[in-house]
Amino acid sequence: MSKADTTDAVEDSGVIQSVSGPVVTARDLNARMNDVVYVGDEGLMGEVIEIEGDLTTVQVYEETSGVGPGEPVENTGEPLSVDLGPGMLDAIYDGVQRPLDVLEGKMGSPYLDRGVDAPGIDLEEEWEFEPEVEAGDVVEPGDIVGVVEETVTIDHKVMVPPDYEGGEVVAAESGSFDVTETVVELDNGEEVSMHQEWPVREARPANDKKTPRTPLVSGQRILDGLFPIAKGGTAAIPGPFGSGKTVTQHQLAKYADADIIVYVGCGERGNEMTEVIEDFPELEDPANGNPLMARTSLIANTSNMPVAARESCIYTGITIAEYYRDMGYDVALMADSTSRWAEAMREISSRLEEMPGEEGYPAYLAARLAQFYERAGYFENINGTEGSVSAIGAVSPPGGDFSEPVTQNTLRIVKTFWALDADLAERRHFPSINWNESYSLYKDQLDPWFEDEVADDWAERRQWAVDVLDEETELQEIVQLVGKDALPDDQQLTLEVARYLREAYLQQNAFHPVDTFCPPEKTYLMLTTIQTFNDEAFDALDAGVPVEEIIDIESAPRINRIGVQEDYEEYVEDLKSEITEELRSLY
Amino acid sequence: MKEYQTITEISGPLVYAEVDEAIGYDEIVEIETAQGETLRGQVLESSEDVVAIQVFEGTSGIDRDASVRFLGETMKMPVTEDLLGRVLDGSGRPIDDGPEIVPEERQDIVGAAINPYSREYPEEFIETGVSAIDGMNTLVRGQKLPIFSSSGQPHSELAMQIARQASVPEEEEGGDDEEGSEFAVIFGAMGITQEEANEFMEDFERTGALERSVVFMNLADDPAVERTVTPRMVLTTAEYLAFEKDYHVLVILTDMTNYCEALREIGAAREEVPGRRGYPGYMYTDLAQLYERAGRIKGREGSVTQIPILTMPGDDDTHPIPDLTGYITEGQIYVDPDLNSQGLQPPINVLPSLSRLMDDGIGEGLTRADHADVKDQMFAAYAEGEDLRDLVNIVGREALSELDNKYLDFADAFESEFIDQGFETNRDIDETLSIGWDLLSMLPKDALNRIDEEFIEEHYREDDSERKVVEAAD
Repeated sequence: MSKADTTDAVEDSGVIQSVSGPVVTARDLNARMNDVVYVGDEGLMGEVIEIEGDLTTVQVYEETSGVGPGEPVENTGEPLSVDLGPGMLDAIYDGVQRPLDVLEGKMGSPYLDRGVDAPGIDLEEEWEFEPEVEAGDVVEPGDIVGVVEETVTIDHKVMVPPDYEGGEVVAAESGSFDVTETVVELDNGEEVSMHQEWPVREARPANDKKTPRTPLVSGQRILDGLFPIAKGGTAAIPGPFGSGKTVTQHQLAKYADADIIVYVGCGERGNEMTEVIEDFPELEDPANGNPLMARTSLIANTSNMPVAARESCIYTGITIAEYYRDMGYDVALMADSTSRWAEAMREISSRLEEMPGEEGYPAYLAARLAQFYERAGYFENINGTEGSVSAIGAVSPPGGDFSEPVTQNTLRIVKTFWALDADLAERRHFPSINWNESYSLYKDQLDPWFEDEVADDWAERRQWAVDVLDEETELQEIVQLVGKDALPDDQQLTLEVARYLREAYLQQNAFHPVDTFCPPEKTYLMLTTIQTFNDEAFDALDAGVPVEEIIDIESAPRINRIGVQEDYEEYVEDLKSEITEELRSLY
Repeated sequence: MKEYQTITEISGPLVYAEVDEAIGYDEIVEIETAQGETLRGQVLESSEDVVAIQVFEGTSGIDRDASVRFLGETMKMPVTEDLLGRVLDGSGRPIDDGPEIVPEERQDIVGAAINPYSREYPEEFIETGVSAIDGMNTLVRGQKLPIFSSSGQPHSELAMQIARQASVPEEEEGGDDEEGSEFAVIFGAMGITQEEANEFMEDFERTGALERSVVFMNLADDPAVERTVTPRMVLTTAEYLAFEKDYHVLVILTDMTNYCEALREIGAAREEVPGRRGYPGYMYTDLAQLYERAGRIKGREGSVTQIPILTMPGDDDTHPIPDLTGYITEGQIYVDPDLNSQGLQPPINVLPSLSRLMDDGIGEGLTRADHADVKDQMFAAYAEGEDLRDLVNIVGREALSELDNKYLDFADAFESEFIDQGFETNRDIDETLSIGWDLLSMLPKDALNRIDEEFIEEHYREDDSERKVVEAAD
């Protein structure tokens, strides 16, 4: 019966007063802001976003077709929370952490039906728990009390929830448990299980945020080589459609040397998520050869899925990321795309008839973006371990115009900026990251790492490459006017060197089995090879060899093939000596 | 079913009526005017005492005495395999004087989102017979690949050519074809002119394509609001044929710009806060709910492939319609006015065009092993040639190096040999790639830095006599 009687409404349930798309108002609902409610006869999940007198406005995470006034609204009294515990890796969720594989089974259809709920982690699956504390130990909130092998790659640390008081351990036993069973008992009666809940809009506590000093090595030359991001850093990838945001995000998800990857597909294409679901289980983790999914948690709220769930999926993602950070892991979160998230906010905001800010976005857009990126960082956790969350957000500016509010507000917060360029994409220069516009503010704090781990002159070499590319940009302007041949010989040679930098070093083929991942050592060697060519070529030029002859040497084009070499060390050594020999033979 | 005579306000395409029962959001409404005409509409907003109704046929003729009936269900499309060969109006009613359609099922036109987990990644090549698409921006089954065009361009000819020629090269192993899926075309016209519609219909009839097609016609003088329903009717039919009847369905939607205008009209009538250029803030979500209905589903034979056509106002791809579309679809094909005025058929500009699903749909076993490399090299070479054209205007050809001159020649030949094939020519993928090699052989071998040496060995034409295909094709 859809017609609930309004007079005998109990405290925590109300009735629908009106429905407009994902926004539903309810009367007589006793609720706090951000409480989760179930709307209508079908029990569609929603969240309270506005309270005005006895009217409560709810954003509904599911399609509202056919829902009408008079139907009941039940309040759960809980804010939107995620289930945290083993089983989140190798899983795929929608924006409110409902596992999509479980939903498929429950709905018995390839389409997402309404009103079906499922816990974020399997409550029945049993895990082999190994305690790390024993009776008599004193534990505090956040402390690790035991370990579960969640996947072949990741040991899941079971922690005392941050909102517990902590105390002396009374009992801790190893064995097989499901996530709801108590594994450690404390003297004050608190029981620790493998399962925690945490409200998504609240950051999990940490002791201290530190300056990140280790790079998140991505295996992408232009990122590691020119614009590195730190573990615990933030980055934005803005670009018009077709410029390769998603491929860049996928590459990072595949090859970044983080322990855990949380990939949030926010308002993007269904087929792209399918690609991840199909590819990742088959791909190898470059660090240990295990399947990539063993370290990955996917959140897929595609563009046609309900818009309110799109708004929450970013929070769901970062909360999961923080939970693994608490265990002492380095987590990288990819959000593709934060513009869709902002648009979801705009859509809800306009349904609420809020006064719009710039371009119709709500006035709190900047604050929400800042809150999100502030949850990234390199942290000392409350249990003393150190962990990090790196946040990498794609931005999809309308018309590729970076002056729009989402890009601008993001740039004010993030410290790495990888600007994608439609021109480069058009000539199939991939990754189409514009080297003139992009920047990384982590460079200086990361250089010591690269100098220790890769080569002493890492920073110098990078500066050389940047200088050559800058010079090329200037020269290109002249070339546009007078043609290349009108330039003096040394400038023509600089253009040739810059061309190798662009074609061999900056371009990288994500679809080539070898070139797709380039370790920093290879990145470095490739750069030194180009520099060898540069130095030898200018020596030859000084000795009077005509620039055409220098450019035409046979060995130089092989620089372009370093990327696809598996045994690159030998190849590079040979190539360097061949280039040297060939050039020296000219004079 | 209760009938109300309680209309309080009529504004543009919207009617507000007072009700005393619960009316579901999106429910279908019938309005009977004093003249006895029955109009259909849909609930846009429902509250306890007032509902806002969007009337598909427009509100003219409605007065405050008109009676309003709520049908208690959301909009449904009657679907059956017998729809093939039929012509329907924008609301799914037959207009071809054929027999009555007996539906097998009635499906909700809103369509639930496909669970990303249940999707199958599209990677089977669709041969359109158009080199600029097959060779450079390959279409695959389950993809949504729009045509970005502008007024006065031959996008309809291109769409017809694709509809006519599109085929799925199944593994030709004897009887397999019998069980294999068939190809069907669903054509959804939104706000196109009668003349355009006639052209499509004539082409469909001439080539016999009509019998494997379903045509939905909402013409320019049909009610604008109906346009918001037409594509949903089309896609519901497509999903039924694809996922229940195992067809490979190619959906052509033209013109999405008219659809978006209709959305804007409704938004304005509801006095919503407008987004960019007056289009509603939810247009991205709304378009996504259409475009995302393309795809493949695990365990189902068929597929839905979409080719929406949109005319970019002012040929400006930063306009909200192409912009939002480009962010949802898996690439785009640009029809270029300059190339059109040079007489190229089809006038596709491959440089800004893109097929995102291409890389997984081509290569050994799908098209040909050298396809990816050839494509990359041609893109690079053509882009290079295009750049040089600007320069040539200033300094002249003599001032350029020999290699630069070759790039210029390549760009010219690329347009005249590769792109300009005519709307009637159907090229298979081997022919397309072969022409590609002919063109690439105009460049010196060591300029082919994106192609594996092995392929250069195999395909590079050492002298002109090997370039037979171009002559043969001419």
